[in-house]
Amino acid sequence: MLRAALSLLALPLAGAAEEPTQKPESPGEPPPGLELFRWQWHEVEAPYLVALWILVASLAKIVFHLSRKVTSLVPESCLLILLGLVLGGIVLAVAKKAEYQLEPGTFFLFLLPPIVLDSGYFMPSRLFFDNLGAILTYAVVGTLWNAFTTGAALWGLQQAGLVAPRVQAGLLDFLLFGSLISAVDPVAVLAVFEEVHVNETLFIIVFGESLLNDAVTVVLYKVCNSFVEMGSANVQATDYLKGVASLFVVSLGGAAVGLVFAFLLALTTRFTKRVRIIEPLLVFLLAYAAYLTAEMASLSAILAVTMCGLGCKKYVEANISHKSRTTVKYTMKTLASCAETVIFMLLGISAVDSSKWAWDSGLVLGTLIFILFFRALGVVLQTWVLNQFRLVPLDKIDQVVMSYGGLRGAVAFALVILLDRTKVPAKDYFVATTIVVVFFTVIVQGLTIKPLVKWLKVKRSEHHKPTLNQELHEHTFDHILAAVEDVVGHHGYHYWRDRWEQFDKKYLSQLLMRRSAYRIRDQIWDVYYRLNIRDAISFVDQGGHVLSSTGLTLPSMPSRNSVAETSVTNLLRESGSGACLDLQVIDTVRSGRDREDAVMHHLLCGGLYKPRRRYKASCSRHFISEDAQERQDKEVFQQNMKRRLESFKSTKHNICFTKSKPRPRKTGRRKDGVANAEATNGKHRGLGFQDTAAVILTVESEEEEEESDSSETEKEDDEGIIFVARATSEVLQEGKVSGSLEVCPSPRIIPPSPTCAEKELPWKSGQGDLAVYVSSETTKIVPVDMQTGWNQSISSLESLASPPCNQAPILTCLPPHPRGTEEPQVPLHLPSDPRSSFAFPPSLAKAGRSRSESSADLPQQQELQPLMGHKDHTHLSPGTATSHWCIQFNRGSRL
Amino acid sequence: MGSRSSHAAVIPDGDSIRRETGFSQASLLRLHHRFRALDRNKKGYLSRMDLQQIGALAVNPLGDRIIESFFPDGQRVDFPGFVRVLAHFRPVEDEDTETQDPKKPEPLNSRRNKLHYAFQLYDLDRDGKISRHEMLQVLRLMVGVQVTEEQLENIADRTVQEADEDGDGAVSFVEFTKSLEKMDVEQKMSIRILK
Repeated sequence: MLRAALSLLALPLAGAAEEPTQKPESPGEPPPGLELFRWQWHEVEAPYLVALWILVASLAKIVFHLSRKVTSLVPESCLLILLGLVLGGIVLAVAKKAEYQLEPGTFFLFLLPPIVLDSGYFMPSRLFFDNLGAILTYAVVGTLWNAFTTGAALWGLQQAGLVAPRVQAGLLDFLLFGSLISAVDPVAVLAVFEEVHVNETLFIIVFGESLLNDAVTVVLYKVCNSFVEMGSANVQATDYLKGVASLFVVSLGGAAVGLVFAFLLALTTRFTKRVRIIEPLLVFLLAYAAYLTAEMASLSAILAVTMCGLGCKKYVEANISHKSRTTVKYTMKTLASCAETVIFMLLGISAVDSSKWAWDSGLVLGTLIFILFFRALGVVLQTWVLNQFRLVPLDKIDQVVMSYGGLRGAVAFALVILLDRTKVPAKDYFVATTIVVVFFTVIVQGLTIKPLVKWLKVKRSEHHKPTLNQELHEHTFDHILAAVEDVVGHHGYHYWRDRWEQFDKKYLSQLLMRRSAYRIRDQIWDVYYRLNIRDAISFVDQGGHVLSSTGLTLPSMPSRNSVAETSVTNLLRESGSGACLDLQVIDTVRSGRDREDAVMHHLLCGGLYKPRRRYKASCSRHFISEDAQERQDKEVFQQNMKRRLESFKSTKHNICFTKSKPRPRKTGRRKDGVANAEATNGKHRGLGFQDTAAVILTVESEEEEEESDSSETEKEDDEGIIFVARATSEVLQEGKVSGSLEVCPSPRIIPPSPTCAEKELPWKSGQGDLAVYVSSETTKIVPVDMQTGWNQSISSLESLASPPCNQAPILTCLPPHPRGTEEPQVPLHLPSDPRSSFAFPPSLAKAGRSRSESSADLPQQQELQPLMGHKDHTHLSPGTATSHWCIQFNRGSRL
Repeated sequence: MGSRSSHAAVIPDGDSIRRETGFSQASLLRLHHRFRALDRNKKGYLSRMDLQQIGALAVNPLGDRIIESFFPDGQRVDFPGFVRVLAHFRPVEDEDTETQDPKKPEPLNSRRNKLHYAFQLYDLDRDGKISRHEMLQVLRLMVGVQVTEEQLENIADRTVQEADEDGDGAVSFVEFTKSLEKMDVEQKMSIRILK
């Protein structure tokens, strides 16, 4: 593969090598007439070469990662540098002169920004600000210290005569060299540390330092460079002052530019809801604009982009659509990884060019030793000071890793290439030294840092899944600490963070976040949301098993999950656009019961309208292929349906039938349905009324959202539409397929004869599914005329089964008391009520638990469910069921 | 300097407080200074009013509960009581763990006590359990208005269920501790200046 890539490369290389001196032969003679074939290499040369290089780098990356062994031992950056050396050698051999250097212009304008943007954008901001003091100290003081000590020591070395006299450099030259060689390089640090996985604090300190020290490096480099160019004799005292002042200008100015662009970016994305497609582009454009602006004003461009990424992320992520978020993430990662790869490869290639550098052993060795020594010394000294102020002191091992992790990289190389040979006569020596230093730090230190970290037993980063409790308590702790700082009267870090959060909440977020997005950006909510999605996805993964084999021995599982799914989808809907991708994932979760609902409703309504809900139903079918499992599902479903249909005897059925007829499409339909259900059943009790009111409320809010956010919904609809088409037909089909159901509209009793499902599947589960389903869901809208019967059934159940504590919330949705006694319980009862439609977390959490731990619960439940099923049917009057169906359905159909 | 020493003299039982809370002399002095500044009319104790007038506490969602935690019994808190509450937030130092005497009661700034302080902010009815209702109340304070009540309830349910291990629908202190097993509580519940 590599060979192929190389030979591929050789062709354009050969052409390009000769290109400057003479035109490539192919387009050589001007064509006299029409040509069938024209070779126009020079016209596409530049972009072609860029593309080729990136391709080569990517292919190389693939090749490296073919072997896990190699990449686990050797950092990718080392491999790339080595590859670069090889390629450089080949180019040198083919073209007889070095080509394709790492040009400082290319590096600073094109290769560096993506990496910095990526690191700034995905920087864990909390961690960063928690350690900002340490990071700033190392970045500013550390870099200054390194630059001056290294420069001075090298000068001392020269004075001592250990550097060959042909290296013509004074103190200022050495200081200049020290300033460019002293900065820890973000690219190298990121490349190496990403594979090492040290603990977060350590990582953020080293990495943050490497990003923020850019300002210091830039200033030092520029100041020293101008001093060298002026000549040491002409440097005035005011110039030193200016140098110090420029440090502030460059760093603060860079940060300010970044923040301004972050603000602009956030503000722009607030208004992109109708042009979602350009959202990712905006992120990159404005970030790049920040970089270029800072570069133009000779401010710290790295700092600008870092601050831009850091500052805008929260708002941008909230504003842009889910797909855009994914796009931004992957594009950013791709670009950064690409740039990184190319940088390291070009570094390797550049080193081959011997015409650019001159070797001096004294200088090279001296620099290497001084760099390591002063880095370590600086870290130890600064850490000692910092530890006086740090809550968690950095221990010795941390210091070792920090000292050893001070990698130099492409920034230093690009800066040294930028030196003017006429002003800095020792440039060639400096170039050679820089190359050696970069190679040494990246290859030797990069190779050894992993074993070192292992050997020192540095605390590794551990990834544990976020839990709601942790998130909530963490917030609590933050608030507690802020409050305690208030009480103590010390305005420290927590105080200011709290202030900032207040300010952010009150003004910034209001200004920069879309209103619909604002809600979902609460962190606790976010964790909850993500947990739900994760659970839902994991349920999909397990879904097959649950239905096919083992799951049915756990009667709680399917029913609970079905409740859970409702909650997730509802939540997704509530949270505005959020996650259309995930929406589908979750929709697929809605399996048997939804189809059941769909077909049931379909039959009841006589196929009068096409609810959007059906695309969901079909989606799920789409997902679960037509195999034995699905047939089983169907059987289970049919069985349930039969049971249910037993209760559909009387006129209630017709009510539902007619009721659904006049429904218009979409939201109006739902409201109608709700209103109808309410009217027909004469629900005046608090519970039912509240519930329906809540439903209507949601409808309205959603309507609003749909109107205002039409593009959003449209966007999500674009898949939906496809599915709708299929869905209806499939649902119709299903109506036909499930033959026994076809005749259902004429109410008649179908005896629960043993179906395939009953033969194939455990008998209890089918029952259980129905039973718990009814108990948790139907309760919302049990009409008055049904209530006594319902209550009886529940109470008899409870007395029989005395459900375990953790079952209580679900099973006793409707307490077994008459209405009068129920009222006092309202605080307890009402909160649990909406949950019946939203009960994902509890149910799934419990489902998991019951699966894993409480096998003791199972027998109880299994006893309980058949009972419930029967009670359910005997007492459930048609009214209950119909009203339930309608509402249930319409809610769903909103999707 | 003179005022400093006079403060020291004013602190009643300075030594025993220091022994109990582990505060250094300097911190104790500072806290005493602060205590007297908060004590508006030189009563010698603080009332709820005194703490409520701290501006930033009013906007803190947990402000009221934290103020309440200073008054475990009654309407006033004297200096030892004041310091005892704040001692929960003293950073854990090495010597604390090294010189721990098994006979001595656990220091106030131990992980357990830090957690317990947080726990009792949730547990309003002091039954040793965070019920779903209590969790909901805290969540209401913490999560912005932008989340609907219904959603809040779902979060509360899930939060309780996540931590609830014995299935009683409430989070006991043991369960609370367990849910935070992986968190560096010693670090997250400490304030550096309270050494």
